Amino acid sequence: MIPERKFLVSPGPHLWKGLSVSKIMYLVVIALMFPTGAAIYFFGYYALSVLGVSVGTAVLTEYICKRIRNKAFVMDGSAVITGILLGLILPPTMPLWMVALGSIFSISIVKEAFGGLGHNIFNPALGARAFMSISFPAEMTTWVLPTYFGADAVTSATPLSESFVWPADKYSLYQAMFFGNRAGSLGETSALLILIGGSLLLGLRIINWRIPGVYIGMVALLSFALGEDPLFHILAGGLMLGAFFMATDYVTSPLTNRGKIIFSVALGVLTVIIRRFGGMPEGVCFSILFGNAITPLIDRYTKVRPYGLVKKKVESAG
Amino acid sequence: MGVRLKKKGTPYGVKVPENKLTAKKPIELAPLPEKAIIPLHQNIGAPCEAVVKKGDKVLTGQKIGDSDKYVNAPVHATISGEISGTTMVVNPPTAQLVEALIVTSDGADEWVKLEPPKNPEDLSVKEILVRVRDAGLVGLGGAAFPTHVKLSPPKDCRIDTVILNGCECEPYITSDHRVMLEYGEKVLSGLNIIKKVLSPDNTYIAIEDNKEDAIDHMEELIVAMGLKDDFKIAPLKSKYPMGAEKILTKMILGREVPIGGLPLHVGVVVHNVSTAKAIHDAVVEGKPFVERVVTVTGAVKNPKNLLVRFGTPLRSLIDYCGGIDGEANEVVLGGPMMGLSQFDLDFPLIKGTNGIIIKESTPIREQDCISCGRCIEVCPMYLMPTLLARYAKAGRYNECQEGYIDDCFECGACAYTCPANIPLVQYIKVAKRELAKRAAKK
Repeated sequence: MIPERKFLVSPGPHLWKGLSVSKIMYLVVIALMFPTGAAIYFFGYYALSVLGVSVGTAVLTEYICKRIRNKAFVMDGSAVITGILLGLILPPTMPLWMVALGSIFSISIVKEAFGGLGHNIFNPALGARAFMSISFPAEMTTWVLPTYFGADAVTSATPLSESFVWPADKYSLYQAMFFGNRAGSLGETSALLILIGGSLLLGLRIINWRIPGVYIGMVALLSFALGEDPLFHILAGGLMLGAFFMATDYVTSPLTNRGKIIFSVALGVLTVIIRRFGGMPEGVCFSILFGNAITPLIDRYTKVRPYGLVKKKVESAG
Repeated sequence: MGVRLKKKGTPYGVKVPENKLTAKKPIELAPLPEKAIIPLHQNIGAPCEAVVKKGDKVLTGQKIGDSDKYVNAPVHATISGEISGTTMVVNPPTAQLVEALIVTSDGADEWVKLEPPKNPEDLSVKEILVRVRDAGLVGLGGAAFPTHVKLSPPKDCRIDTVILNGCECEPYITSDHRVMLEYGEKVLSGLNIIKKVLSPDNTYIAIEDNKEDAIDHMEELIVAMGLKDDFKIAPLKSKYPMGAEKILTKMILGREVPIGGLPLHVGVVVHNVSTAKAIHDAVVEGKPFVERVVTVTGAVKNPKNLLVRFGTPLRSLIDYCGGIDGEANEVVLGGPMMGLSQFDLDFPLIKGTNGIIIKESTPIREQDCISCGRCIEVCPMYLMPTLLARYAKAGRYNECQEGYIDDCFECGACAYTCPANIPLVQYIKVAKRELAKRAAKK
């Protein structure tokens, strides 16, 4: 018998794939655990405190912002990602209060002030990094060699800076850069672990291969054209981390595949220009921020051609 | 050349869990209803007027509603008995109230005298069309478009291809599948009639590869019936919404139907396999259209494929399948992707309904779009659903139109895949309705 009950009427489709926003976000968090692991392995307990402060402050800030804006707070994982990413792109000796300030800035100004997840123009972590580069120029350019657990910090240049000298042969430099035994931001040093995390996201179809593929390819191509070492440029700086985890941010990258390619080409060109001709040694952060800024423009001009679109025949006169 | 063409697939659309629980269950005869509720409007065209009045005795197959409009299909009594009154029911596709006649059964199921043609081969095209119309045939894939209209393309449209649609890409539903397996000869006979009327150069039978048994069976039948040179089978990789007319036209012929147009504008007519079977019944056997195969599935104790008389209330069909299982609280008519919810279980089965799905439904919260672009990737019409929904939400309907919203046939692939749970199709429907209102004002 049919029980007497009220029946629901809901709009179709009556099936849902079940891949929710928070599932996507937590999958990204899992993928980020690889570069995070590298950060902690190379830079010890202090890396852990930077990441802890950054994530904790980000989530707390999001909660407060939602309360102020009178919106429901959902632990959708996006603030966790911002927190981890911000931690990973900071120098290893960053004072914790600055980390906290940057984290507050990323969530409150770059994200929530624009309307929260889905409405922000810039990648929150990169926005905060730009803010911190201007506010704390000295701390943001102090680099140390990996300290592991307990070794004393030894100041060193990053491979991209002009004063960088590598005492041994080229092959060992590539090796150090690939595995992560070099100076740099917390999470950017180990290309290997970024690749593992990135491949996970590619394999799960969370990110579109076009962005990291075209971006990194473009950097390699252009640096080669300018007479530089392409492999060095791929492994140096924050390119890998930026290409896999930040340029691929859904909200701040173009919607269509064509748009994504244009976006990535622009990113590659800018990164190489800043690295080669700019006043700063590294340009990934500002390239991606610039790309974010032109994303709405790209979206406007890269609409897809719909099925069955036929050009209207010009009506002949008479 | 063999009967079977090379299998084709598409990168668009979505892979949906098929849940074809009833694929192996033979069609069962559903018990006749004690009371049949026959809505007078069961096609996409004009509604019918009642041609009988309260108290009249009617026989099974007797015409009880008709119209002088061209785009219309008459309705028939589906059981014998007495017209005991009228009622109003909500017609799900239009959400409008329509009048329905109630036939109270006399238990005899006495049929009108059928008048099959002496020699079906000798029927002229005109005679075939009259028989199709008088039988009340409509397309059985869901849209319920009067079949005789679809069989009479405008003179300036030369039809070079007929596609018989056995894709059944909606999950759960197996009615077309079973019709192909159990009434294969009738389907091919119906297709022969379609071929005679439209005289196309090529005729294809499109079947998704999740119905390998139906592909094999139809292939054998084509060979056995000596139709090898006439019909080809086009196997397609299962992907929703493969069975949509415009997608089939593109898949099989590579032709795109112009926006706002129909497949016939590119020389193609698509008919459903169940419609072909019904055409056979109407033309060769002279039988009015009073029953169809329906899949009753989902959260019922015994999911079944049933041959049901129109007008049978949903309640008795669900009861016949053992009743609702667990806490299920939603009844969907049609497939789960494009079907519409029905809250009233006294609603009758109508011509366009191919499935009844019982499911448990929990309201889900819509989140903000994160611009992941998944809806754009899956859209089979290459539209940008998230933008359309965004414009619709903001009331910017002109921009919806500029985004070719009219091209959308509301398959729901976008909303199925949306991680933010945005009811994209619903927003699009609202915008379309607003645009239609504006157009009507002008």
